[in-house]
Amino acid sequence: MKWLRRGAGLLVVLLLIGAAAWWYLARDRSMPSTPVQRGAEAAALVDPARIEQGRYLATVGDCAACHTARGGQPYAGGRSLATPFGDVPAPNITPDRDTGIGQWSFDDFWAALHLGKGRHGQLLYPVFSYTSFTKVTRDDALSIFAYLKSLPPVNQPAQPTGLEFPYNVRSSLVAWRALYFKPGVYQPDPAQSPQWNRGAYLVQGLGHCNECHAPRDSLGGIEQSQHLTGGQIPQLDWYAPDLSTRTGGGLEGWSAQDVVDLLKTGQSSKGSAFGPMADVVRLSTQHMTDADLQAVATYLQSLPPRAPVASAFQQASSHEQGGKLYAKQCADCHGDNGQGVAGVYPPLDGNTSVTGPTSVNAIRSVLLGGFAPATAANPRPYSMPPFAQQLDDEDVAAVVSYIRQSWSNKAGAVNPAEVSRSRHTPVD
Amino acid sequence: MEQRVAACTSCHGARGEGSPDGVLAPRLAGKPAGYLLQQLEYFQSGQRRHAPMEYVVRQLSQPYLRQIAEYFAAQDLSYHRWPQPAVSAEVLRRGEQLVLHGDPARAVPSCVSCHGDKLTGFEPMMPGLVGLSSDYISNQLVSWRTHTRAAEGPYCMGVVANRMREPDIAAVAAWLASHEPPADMHPQPATAQTTPLPGWCVMGHSEVNP
Repeated sequence: MKWLRRGAGLLVVLLLIGAAAWWYLARDRSMPSTPVQRGAEAAALVDPARIEQGRYLATVGDCAACHTARGGQPYAGGRSLATPFGDVPAPNITPDRDTGIGQWSFDDFWAALHLGKGRHGQLLYPVFSYTSFTKVTRDDALSIFAYLKSLPPVNQPAQPTGLEFPYNVRSSLVAWRALYFKPGVYQPDPAQSPQWNRGAYLVQGLGHCNECHAPRDSLGGIEQSQHLTGGQIPQLDWYAPDLSTRTGGGLEGWSAQDVVDLLKTGQSSKGSAFGPMADVVRLSTQHMTDADLQAVATYLQSLPPRAPVASAFQQASSHEQGGKLYAKQCADCHGDNGQGVAGVYPPLDGNTSVTGPTSVNAIRSVLLGGFAPATAANPRPYSMPPFAQQLDDEDVAAVVSYIRQSWSNKAGAVNPAEVSRSRHTPVD
Repeated sequence: MEQRVAACTSCHGARGEGSPDGVLAPRLAGKPAGYLLQQLEYFQSGQRRHAPMEYVVRQLSQPYLRQIAEYFAAQDLSYHRWPQPAVSAEVLRRGEQLVLHGDPARAVPSCVSCHGDKLTGFEPMMPGLVGLSSDYISNQLVSWRTHTRAAEGPYCMGVVANRMREPDIAAVAAWLASHEPPADMHPQPATAQTTPLPGWCVMGHSEVNP
């Protein structure tokens, strides 16, 4: 409800900004295909190689993750996406005539992906990550569209949105878009290698990494300067780390191979994918080509160092208690010195999920346990026991503080109230 | 495999013998592999609800789930006997009546008609009803009623559970938990399932059209 109160106040501001933003719409025009283009596009839609390429690109974009309800038909929509402003159900993007994209032209699809506009010109809610997808090339968009058109149609009507006022007023998006959305296909940087540019294109565009790995302000927007610097994922209560591998970065010390390993197998010498990232690896990145994964790694390795966050290190008073718990519950797998076991159990020493700016990932990993994602390269992952049932808030706080403050780790301590807040199990 | 499935065994016991209280986490050891796999898949799809289970199975592939199901199905452990619930002889008689003969007036079939005369279930899909605590059995019957457990198709146990009177749930659970189990508690082979299941029952009887 605090969003609602804040939102009502902001509405006035929004409307003012909105008026000033109309000029922006002039730039926001779709470029419909010419008749010649339309002919070529029609041919492309039935080209098997094109469809296969589209299948790959839709996987890279992880479209199915949002556009598939749990236990439902792939791409038939229905999954409710929680946002701080209310729930938005993902639509059906199978080619069903009545409930899907059966009647869509490629221009319609392009307007959605590139401009964030629906088939009838309505502004789409940015929970559909067109802020990233706008960077996708028209040719790649055509491949994805060809693939979606090749799917078996599923008749599944859209669910109503659950957005609260004023966010349910679509015209409020005019202002939002003026602030946070700049349509435009990715422009390669000629000073960089083709591999770097491919990585930047995938990370910034289809991969839409920034949608989680950046902080969002009170309107759910992301500042350009904050790209890929890490952020709390709205509603999910996980922290998506900063993706710089250089000094002060969230992935400090990660080699290109570590990045590739994590995305391909679900684990690396520096840590394993869990929470929402495990979904991403399982559904999307494990299926990417080695060349594309290398390109992503090359681009991430080029992200600049981050300014260190100055903080006085203060060891938790529970350190000794945490150490005893660690020896009893954790050391068998993660090692006496938090070193882990290569390829089996992730290290905790120097693990960004342990030492992150917030402790939520470490707390929730202890509470929830679970398996690393099963991938083609790691089909039988090892697992961690859930400790939610076994340990009380104080013990979890003590052991998480211990791992955040042992070996080379110098992160802040955790208090039991933070643990209590994280005792919820995520299910759709 | 034992090392891989630490997330399972921390609640279900090192070899799937179930949690010590018999309620929090049920026994997995020796249950039909097909049944265990089906339940894991139901937790993935949300047809069976229990948030910690849904979270733990989320990242796993179907082939790996099958291996995990087969691992626990192959664990051959003696059954723990639960203390007999403190219920009256009359309640136990009612429970016995329902288990062995059902309640024709309410169209409730007997337990043995599907789960077998020994109540040890059948390979590969039909779970046994022996060695379970009274609380666990009544929890499951109630979860059929609240749709936190479900199955494909005609939803047979849901139909049965919804026809039962509430005291009958407690009576069935009490009798099953206090029943002296047979010496051989393994699920019977599929070929032993000679009584046709009711047409609307889907568990392990694909030959019968619902």
